[in-house]
Amino acid sequence: MPPAASADRLGRLLNLVPYLLARPGIRIAEAAGDLGVTERQLREDLELLWMCGLPGYGPGDLIDMAIDGDQVTITYDAGIDRPLRLTPDEALALAVALRMLAETPGLADRAAVQSALAKVESAAGGLADSPVAVRLPGNADRLDTVRSAVERRKALHITYYAATRDETTERVVDPMRVLVAEGHGYLEAWCRRAGAVRLFRVDRIDGMTELDEPAAPPPQAQPVDLSDGVFLPTPDQPLITLRVGRSGRWITEYYPCERVVEESPELWLVSLRAADLGWARRLVLGLGPDVTVVSPDALAEAVRDQAEVALAAYGVEVD
Amino acid sequence: MIASENVSRTRTERLVNLVICLLSTRRFLTASQIAATVPGYEHDADDPKDHEAFQRKFERDKAELRELGVPLETGTSSILDAEPGYRIARRDYALPDIHLAPDEASAVGIAARLWRHAGLSAAASSALTKLRAAGIDVDPHATFGVEPVVTVDPAFRPLTQAVRDRCAVTFTYRVPEHDEAATRRLQPWGVVCWRGRWYVVGHDLDRQAERCFRLSRILGDVRRTGRPGAYTPPGDVDMIDYVAHWSGRPPVERTGRATVLVRHGRADGVRRWAEEIAPGPDGDRMVLRYAEPEWFAAWLVGYGADVVALDPPEVRDAVVERLREIAAVYPREASETAGVS
Repeated sequence: MPPAASADRLGRLLNLVPYLLARPGIRIAEAAGDLGVTERQLREDLELLWMCGLPGYGPGDLIDMAIDGDQVTITYDAGIDRPLRLTPDEALALAVALRMLAETPGLADRAAVQSALAKVESAAGGLADSPVAVRLPGNADRLDTVRSAVERRKALHITYYAATRDETTERVVDPMRVLVAEGHGYLEAWCRRAGAVRLFRVDRIDGMTELDEPAAPPPQAQPVDLSDGVFLPTPDQPLITLRVGRSGRWITEYYPCERVVEESPELWLVSLRAADLGWARRLVLGLGPDVTVVSPDALAEAVRDQAEVALAAYGVEVD
Repeated sequence: MIASENVSRTRTERLVNLVICLLSTRRFLTASQIAATVPGYEHDADDPKDHEAFQRKFERDKAELRELGVPLETGTSSILDAEPGYRIARRDYALPDIHLAPDEASAVGIAARLWRHAGLSAAASSALTKLRAAGIDVDPHATFGVEPVVTVDPAFRPLTQAVRDRCAVTFTYRVPEHDEAATRRLQPWGVVCWRGRWYVVGHDLDRQAERCFRLSRILGDVRRTGRPGAYTPPGDVDMIDYVAHWSGRPPVERTGRATVLVRHGRADGVRRWAEEIAPGPDGDRMVLRYAEPEWFAAWLVGYGADVVALDPPEVRDAVVERLREIAAVYPREASETAGVS
């Protein structure tokens, strides 16, 4: 068994006694669920604790408990009646996440979050006096509107600007949850038009009406896994490669890029997945002359053609 | 396999007994006193090899306890004791009393879950276990209407640890607009999340001034330099304010008014910002507010031939100039040759 697992087990055992002490007669299955172990593992833990106790290690010194079928009650704790203090990382993990929650716009239970934060900080002593501060983006009003609509569990009709297609669309959606990620608020919902779960950026929901029918995401509607970020490029999206000068390099921080190669100190070759070539054309035109298309050729042609047609509208001919 | 499970079981049992023993004593117990008391340390102290094996075992055990956060105290109970001993002070060991109302407990449970797969998820869940062990019931299914997705950059942990220990660090820092990565040396004061991005704020040892750095721009490892406790962060710095000031574009007044012609049914990205829309035979005439003509022109150019800037001239000219420059980088012949290859 690796050392990490044995350290995990030691920590679990030291906390197990006070946990059970606080819950006389708790069912072993429930305790196992709370502590994130199997019932079998928990029973093994209990057997081990039975062997531990105060020096002397006689009947009155060892940890004692009454196991009645599937229930357990600690009858002697040998002095480990409190859990261990929070470690710096544990205190930090809770404090940062609570601060994130407290800063989240549109949150209904902010007072509970703030008082929980104060209590965790005080229990952690100086530790959670943590070096971390949090401020999330604004847009509180709109997020609040969306959140309360989601809480009423109604289907919504939304007017949504889909930036990748540059289209304002009308859709009926079944809301699932509201998120704040990477600096933006999102509504996660089953989109009846797309027949799939979609994330809608709250600042692009230009209109919203609650429908007189309940939100009913179908069983296959699963929350999006956001552990790798909100934008997840897929291999079926076209790969575009751009030659990027200094002023355009911000795109490497803004979009997930597959490859960034320094062609020269000045110019970078940047490859990324585009939603489609129309989106890529708008991106490249908007970035201006400091960014040029390396591939695909179809994109380079589209950019040039658009620039020429646009110039013609101003009465300018390109030679 | 079974043998190693037994070894691990014996070891865990020994460590639990060691903790209970050291918690129950007020006197500092020396290693040999511990060996004579706690099961699992039996050895022949007169046999150098056996004694050395015991010492190694005891060292490992102490390290494991400290790793777990058990505050092992070292000292002597009387000036007559030649050898230092060990004990655990209950007040340093135990989590202080904490009482959470049900809604506060829900908040903590939700907070711990926010880490899910990111950075501190193991620490968050063990923290939750300790709170449960303190008698707090946490509903694992509680939700709030809105939840932030918490993610951190790899540099988050070493930097927060360095801040906690007041220990200077050095790292390689890459700003996209600069051609070369630079080595920076910093006394970190704190870590800040501003609009979904992480920053570290501190005293830059090379610039001799307050600076902040975006964690996502740090390449490779954050290395500690110098001793812990080497400096004191100023108490009066609003780090969020500093980062906001440094990173945020100042709010701009959209004082300019432009008229653009947009093709029917196109460029919805422009359309949704229009203050006025007047449909016409050749397209929709829209009035938009803008702050800075160059930026506004660059944005319009993104929509290509679907949007024509009519007025004012400062916008119209900037659009035409940009379009000319773009067209010039794709000479006809060159791109046609490329099309053949």
